[in-house]
Amino acid sequence: MLAFLRKQKYLIDYTLASLLRRKGKNVGLLTVYTLIVFMLASVMLFAHGLRHEAGLVLQSTPEIIVQRMQAGRHAMIPAEYLQRIGRMRGVTKKEGRLWGYYYDSAVKANYTVMTGGQTDAVLSEIAIGSGIARVRGLAIGDYLTLRSQSGDAFSFKITAVLDTESELVSADLLLMAPGAFRHVFGTEEGLYTDLVLSVRNPREVSKVAEKLAKLLPDTRLITREEILRTYDAVFSWRQGVVFILLVGAVLAFVIFAWDKASGLSAEERREIGVLKAIGWETADIMRMKFWEGAIISLTAFLIGYVAAYVHVFFASASLFEPVLKGWSVLYPRFRLTPSVDGLQAATLFFFSVLPYIVATIVPIWRTSITDPDAVMR
Amino acid sequence: MTLNPAIMALVMVSIVVCAMLLLASGFAVRVLRYWDIGSGSERQLGLERQTYLISTLLIWAFSFELMSLLLFIYNAESMSGQFVGAMCATGVLNVNAWGWPTLFVKVAVFFVAAVWLTLNYLDNQGYDYPLIRHKYFLLLAIAPLVVAEFVLQLLYFGDMDVAVITSCCGTLFSSQAEGMAAEVSALPPKPMMALFSLVGVMVSTCGIRVVLRRRGTRLFAWLASATFVIGLMSVVSFIALYIYEHPHHHCPFCILKSGHGYVGYALYVPLFIATASALSLGTVSSLGKSSSLTLAVDRLLLRLGWLAVAGFTLFYLAAAWAVGTSNLTMGDVWW
Repeated sequence: MLAFLRKQKYLIDYTLASLLRRKGKNVGLLTVYTLIVFMLASVMLFAHGLRHEAGLVLQSTPEIIVQRMQAGRHAMIPAEYLQRIGRMRGVTKKEGRLWGYYYDSAVKANYTVMTGGQTDAVLSEIAIGSGIARVRGLAIGDYLTLRSQSGDAFSFKITAVLDTESELVSADLLLMAPGAFRHVFGTEEGLYTDLVLSVRNPREVSKVAEKLAKLLPDTRLITREEILRTYDAVFSWRQGVVFILLVGAVLAFVIFAWDKASGLSAEERREIGVLKAIGWETADIMRMKFWEGAIISLTAFLIGYVAAYVHVFFASASLFEPVLKGWSVLYPRFRLTPSVDGLQAATLFFFSVLPYIVATIVPIWRTSITDPDAVMR
Repeated sequence: MTLNPAIMALVMVSIVVCAMLLLASGFAVRVLRYWDIGSGSERQLGLERQTYLISTLLIWAFSFELMSLLLFIYNAESMSGQFVGAMCATGVLNVNAWGWPTLFVKVAVFFVAAVWLTLNYLDNQGYDYPLIRHKYFLLLAIAPLVVAEFVLQLLYFGDMDVAVITSCCGTLFSSQAEGMAAEVSALPPKPMMALFSLVGVMVSTCGIRVVLRRRGTRLFAWLASATFVIGLMSVVSFIALYIYEHPHHHCPFCILKSGHGYVGYALYVPLFIATASALSLGTVSSLGKSSSLTLAVDRLLLRLGWLAVAGFTLFYLAAAWAVGTSNLTMGDVWW
């Protein structure tokens, strides 16, 4: 065992020296290789980070959302629906929500308006998301004026700016008292935007939803699991689309690697001839070439992956942002929580290292069966 | 569905491995027809040179195959969020009729690939290519398996329908359901435990005999296969229950999750390694000994024997540990 390891060590030693002797060629290969890994890894880490984030955000949302449908469109739901639902086994909490969108023509952006929940909140006070604060240049103590349904202007005193930690969901958020909401949007007392239900046992969610569907036939039920499933599918689908686009780049890389591996210079050919003449066997040459590939692959993979990590989690993936997350005036500035998983790394390996290995097997073999006398003559 | 990157990677690997194997099969046919070590003809020299290429190709192909088995299971695990009713890999494999067959064929390919790699390693030790015919004959048997895997996997991924409500480990591995998984789960734990212990004792005794006396290698290979099957059945039948500390949860995949301390790896990795070594050992010993290999065969058999014995021991220790440290007591229920 020790002898085997020692032999590999000498081979690696030799390979490293020989790689350094042809710096130009190998640095070129390494750069292209690293770029390929970098691009693929960026897409992957970013999509995975978004999925992760979506999961975290949705963790604390209610299990079931009940929306009333009228002529196929979402309509306000009367509060008496809460009574119609009554006491239902498994449901721990049920309440009506008020929310909507407010278009601010000054900055050409939509705000999401929600009510804070507590009924005793002061009517003229409001909390705003950090995105709005940034765009409108507002701070705590300033006033924000909104035009109501009837054309009257309402001024709200800003009492809080929602922290940047939750910016992904709160960038465009306005939180106001329910009374103020009804004034601004002209929503009648006794109407809600939708109802939310909390169900403690996840296995009971579908049963509760089934009962609700029978009880309230004019409603649409959205379960949290469905939302999560959709996010999961959408993000991996988007990631797949970007990957398909990058296949061209990977193919180009395969051709490049094949070409680099088969186009040996006269000097390299002579080197192999000399090695064979001093007693190296075909298998030894192949082993040496294997280590060469392994060293280049490992270096490219590590550098590319680390660069992608920095790009995604510290530079907010500026290169792919628009494709993967969409864009708008009030877009949240956010940093993804770094998360890496084995499946992603393995997939990445198959997309970058595998093509390289496959592309170089035949050229390496061609090189190693060279007859010493043929090249040295 | 096929636009999922992990699925694209798996299909790509499958295509590459298939292409490599088909290329190698063409070569295998030529070797079986024309190989003549005594000849100095151009064709023979060409064949000898190409063996290097083909065996490198195959070493890579089988390494990719092993990684793709792991990726396949991880992927099934991670896709469980996208199907109604799926909570772990079981549910995703159950989405259509092709999931389980794909997994089984992948496992089968893993074992024959391990045997082939052992033969290849041994063949490279002798100067006169002593095992070349056996090696390429076996390869011709592996090729259809790999093609079948490719087709099954393609059917599996192509047929995935998000609208299907799949049944997961809770219903599949319950004694009330029907089908193979249910039958395995419904196996009475008491005889199963006895059988599990019995094959454990048999396989370790036989393994030690193989290592010390170099006898009973073929029996050992058969026993190891039996241990593999019974071991997996025991995991479903009773070991998993102790790990989950739940009398009705039989899932063989959830034990790979962090919530259960990744104990599944401690069970499966040694079991797979041990079975693969024992199968290789059986195959190597049943081949006629060639003069150029006597020493190498002896050394290899010893190593494989120890590896198999150590693997099975670790597997049984892990199982015993899982059962022993569990808070679940089934004493009054089962006997």
